Amino acid sequence: MSDVSMTVNGRQVSASVEDRTLLVHFLREHLGLTGTHVGCDTSQCGACVVHVDGKAVKSCSMLAVQASGSEVITIEGLAGMGDLHPVQAAFREHHGLQCGFCTPGMIMTAVDMIRRHPQGLDEATVRAELEGNICRCTGYHNIVKAILAASRTMAKAPKGRAKKAA
Amino acid sequence: MGIEGVGARVARKEDRRFITGAGRYVDDMVVPGMKHAAFVRSPHAHAQIKKIDVKAAQSMPGVIGVLTGRELKADGIGNLICGWMIHSKDGTPMKMGAWSPLAVDKVRYVGDAVVVVVADTKAQARDAAEAVEITYKELKAVTEVTGAIARGAPQIHPEAEGNLIFDWEIGNAKETAAAFKQAAHVVKMDVVNNRLVPNAMEPRAALGHYDRAEDHYTCWTTSQNPHVARLVMSAFYNIAPENKLRVIAPDVGGGFGSKIYIYPEEIVCLWASKKTGVPVKWVADRTESFLCDAHGRDHVTHAEMAFDKDHRILGFKVDTLANLGAYMSLFSSVTPTYLYATLLSGQYDIPAIHGNVRAIYTNTAPVDAYRGAGRPEAAFLVERMMEVAARQFGVSPAELRRKNFVTAFPHQTPVIMNYDAGDFATSLDAAMKAADYAGFEKRRQKAKKEGKLRGIGFSCYIEACGLAPSAAVGSLGSGVGLWESAEVRVNAVGTIEVLTGSHSHGQGHETTFAQLVAERLSVPLESISIVHGDTDKVQMGMGTYGSRSGAVGMSAIAKALDKVEAKAKKIAAHLMEADEADIVIENGTLKVAGTDKNVPWFQMALAAYTAHNLPAGMEPGLKETAFYDPANFTFPAGCYICEVEVDPETGVTDIVQFVAADDFGNIINPMIVEGQVHGGIAQGIGQALLEGTHYDGSGQLLTASYMDYTMPRADDLPSFKVSTSNTPSPSNPLGMKGCGEAGAIGSPPAVINAITDAIGTEDLTMPATPQKVWAALQARKPRKH
Repeated sequence: MSDVSMTVNGRQVSASVEDRTLLVHFLREHLGLTGTHVGCDTSQCGACVVHVDGKAVKSCSMLAVQASGSEVITIEGLAGMGDLHPVQAAFREHHGLQCGFCTPGMIMTAVDMIRRHPQGLDEATVRAELEGNICRCTGYHNIVKAILAASRTMAKAPKGRAKKAA
Repeated sequence: MGIEGVGARVARKEDRRFITGAGRYVDDMVVPGMKHAAFVRSPHAHAQIKKIDVKAAQSMPGVIGVLTGRELKADGIGNLICGWMIHSKDGTPMKMGAWSPLAVDKVRYVGDAVVVVVADTKAQARDAAEAVEITYKELKAVTEVTGAIARGAPQIHPEAEGNLIFDWEIGNAKETAAAFKQAAHVVKMDVVNNRLVPNAMEPRAALGHYDRAEDHYTCWTTSQNPHVARLVMSAFYNIAPENKLRVIAPDVGGGFGSKIYIYPEEIVCLWASKKTGVPVKWVADRTESFLCDAHGRDHVTHAEMAFDKDHRILGFKVDTLANLGAYMSLFSSVTPTYLYATLLSGQYDIPAIHGNVRAIYTNTAPVDAYRGAGRPEAAFLVERMMEVAARQFGVSPAELRRKNFVTAFPHQTPVIMNYDAGDFATSLDAAMKAADYAGFEKRRQKAKKEGKLRGIGFSCYIEACGLAPSAAVGSLGSGVGLWESAEVRVNAVGTIEVLTGSHSHGQGHETTFAQLVAERLSVPLESISIVHGDTDKVQMGMGTYGSRSGAVGMSAIAKALDKVEAKAKKIAAHLMEADEADIVIENGTLKVAGTDKNVPWFQMALAAYTAHNLPAGMEPGLKETAFYDPANFTFPAGCYICEVEVDPETGVTDIVQFVAADDFGNIINPMIVEGQVHGGIAQGIGQALLEGTHYDGSGQLLTASYMDYTMPRADDLPSFKVSTSNTPSPSNPLGMKGCGEAGAIGSPPAVINAITDAIGTEDLTMPATPQKVWAALQARKPRKH
C-alpha cells in the first residue's frame, strides 16, 4: 500500500491505496469522480484525460502515487460551481457529443489544446491534435467545430476570464 | 414550428450532465456491499473442457466465489437463444446449437466464458481468475465461411451438420433465370463485406443485485432495450419472473446494435449475486469487448446482374455466405436474411430477383446486427454492382442509376418490400450539385499533374426502418412484436413526464421527444421530462435499434398526445362553457378559437386533478398511454458522393470531399439528424478504409485492441457536406423515416467506388488500407473500356 496526497479540483485529498492503483481508478473509485471514464486498456481512447499540473494527461497511464503532490483537475472541476467552461458550452452549442462517454476526455484535451495554441487553431491542427481521443458517435465533425468555436470565444474573452478558463 | 418545437435546432437537454461529468453509466453505479466479477475465458477457439480446478483461486485474497457452468446449469439457468426463427428452403427450422452462459463441456471461440470469479475488488477478481486451472483438449478450429462448409471441416455444434445453420432463399429463382436468358449484358461480382467490431466507447457492463428479503433482482446493464432484456431473462434464462426482475439501462455510452443482445455476463452477474449473497458488478475491458461483443457484417457473396441492350436491369441473382460466429446471437438470423436480402432491389426497378443465403457457424465471436444490420451489406453489393456495370458499359454511373430508378410509388419489389414514398432523383441531383460533379474532370486533371490519382464514387442507398409491423414480422419468424409504447403524464401543475419504451444512448431523445410534446401542447421544453430505460418506470417497450425510435417510438407518443389533447380540450371547454371543437392550444393556453377566452395550460391541469369542476362522468387526472404498431416499414434513402485522392507511391487514400443528400421524411431536430449522419458516415468510412477484423488460422483474434484495430480518428476524416430533402413517410402519423443508420449504410460503396475509379481496377477489398491500394495498383490490368 502507498499513501497518496494531492489536490483534486481545488480540494486536498489523501488516501492509502494499493501500489498498482492507476490515477483514473483513484479518481473514480476512491473519490467518486466518475466523470473521468475508461474506454480502453491501451491508452488509446482518451476518455480518461484529466489535467495534472496544468497539462492534459491520460489518467490510465499514470499511477496514483505518481500524481502524489500534484494538482489535478477533472471534468467535474473544470468550470467550478455554476457556469460552464467555454469549451463545455461550445460542445453543447455545436452538438459535439452524442452518447457522452468520450466527452469528458475530449473536453479536457480541447482545453489543453486551446491553451497551447494561443495564436488560434485551424481545422487540420484540431484534427491532428485529437489523435489521442476516439469518438464513435459524432464522426468528429461537430467536435472539431466546437473546439474551433471555443478557441475563438476564448481568444476574444477578457484576459482574466481566459486565464481562469485555462 | 416554434423556437423549441418540431423542426427547431434545439441544443440538447441531456448535454449538461455529460459535459460536466455527471452522466451516470453502469460502471458509475455503486451499491452497498457491491463486489466485482472477472470472467475466465477460453484461450482456444475450439476445445473440449477436460477439467476445471478452482481450488487455488478460491483461497486467493478477497475471493468470495468461484463459479462454473455446471453449478449454473444445476440451478436451472437456461441457454442463450436467437429470437427469430428462419426456415431453410426445404422447410426445416434453423439449426441452433446450445449456448450456455458459462461453457460446460466445450468452448467454441476465443473469449467464450467458462468460469466467473467474485472478489472484493476488481483487481483481486482478476488475480484469482488467473489462478483458475482449466485443462482443455484442443480441437481443430475454422474461422472462415468457405472453410467451415468444406468437407472435413471441424463440426462446431452437433445440432448443425456441416456447420450449416440454414439455407434460405427469397424472390423467384425461375423468373430470375428466365430474365438472365433475355439479357444483353451480365455483370458478375464477388464481394466480401468485412467483419467489424462495433466498439461503442463505453464497454459493456452489468451489475446484478439479488435482494434476499424481497426475493427480487435488479440488473443495471448497458442495454439498448432493457424491457427485452427483462423479457428474455425471465422467459428463457429462468432468472426470475418479470415482476421479480427490474432492469435498468441508465446512461449508455453508445450501442450501434452491440447492446441490443442479452449476453452471458448480465445473466451470470444476476445468478452469481444470489449465489454469493452480494451485489456483483462486471465491466468489460476493451479486449473483452473485442473478443465477446457481437461483431457485424462478415458476408461472402457472388452476384450477377442482367441488363437489356438499353442498360435496363432485368434480373439480379445473389448467393451469400453469412458468418454467424460460434453461437446464434439474439437477432443473428434475421440480419443476413430479412434485413439484408429484402433490400436487394436498391433504388431500382428490378423485375426479377433471387437471393440465397447460407448462415454458417465458425469458431469466432457471434455476429449480429451492427449499425445498418444487413442493409449496408445489401447497399454495398447493389451500389458496387451499378458502378462496375456503368464502367463496363462505358456510361455515366449517375445516368445508369437514374435510368433504373423506381419513380412511381407505392412500388412492390420482388423481395417483399413495398416502397411507399421516395424521390431518388432529387437526392441524386442534390448530391451531384453539392459535390460539383460537373467540375470533377478538371480536378482530376489537376491532381494528375500533381502526381495524384483522383476518383469519384456514387452510392444511392435505400434502407428499411421503422421496425416493424408486428403481424408482418411475426409471419416472418420474429419472436416478438415490434410496436412501441408511450405514456404521457401531465402533472397537476402542468409539467409533463413522457415515459417511453425507446432507449437513448446518444440519439438525443430527451430533446427530440420533448420537442414533439412542446409543439403539440404548447408548453416550454424545460417543463417536459423524458423517462426511459427502467422497467419499473416504463411498463413495456421494444427499445432502440433499426432507426425505429422516431418513426415508431415517437408515433406512440403522438398517439398518447392525441388522447391527452382530447381530454385537455374537454376540460377547458367545460371550464369556459364552450364547445370542445372550438378549443385550440396556443401559447401555453387552451383558448376558444377566434376569441380572447382562454384557460392557461397549468390551470386546466390543476382542474383535472382537483376534480372540483369536471365534465359529468369524467375521471380525474390527466395521463394517457398508447401502443403504436407501424403500418409498414419506412424507407429512408439518399445519394452519397465520395471524392478521393490516392497517392500512387504509398497507396494512401485521402477523402477530399464527402457529400450526403438524404431523404429522411419529416425531421424534428435538424442538428441532431446531421449528427447522426456524420457519425454513420464515419463508421462507414471506417469500414471502407480502416477497420479490419482478423482471426488467425487457429482462431486467435489478432485485432483485439486499439493498437491493432484501426478506429477512425479525427485526422482520418474530412468535414462532411450533408443536406436533406423530405418526402414524408405515409406510413406513420409523423411522416418520419429514421436517420440513425443511413450514414453507415450509404458510405462504404461510395468510398470504394471512388478509390476504384481513381486506381482503375475493381480488384480491391475493404478495408482499403494503403497496403491493399498500393498492391491493387501494382497488379492492375487495364480496364476494358
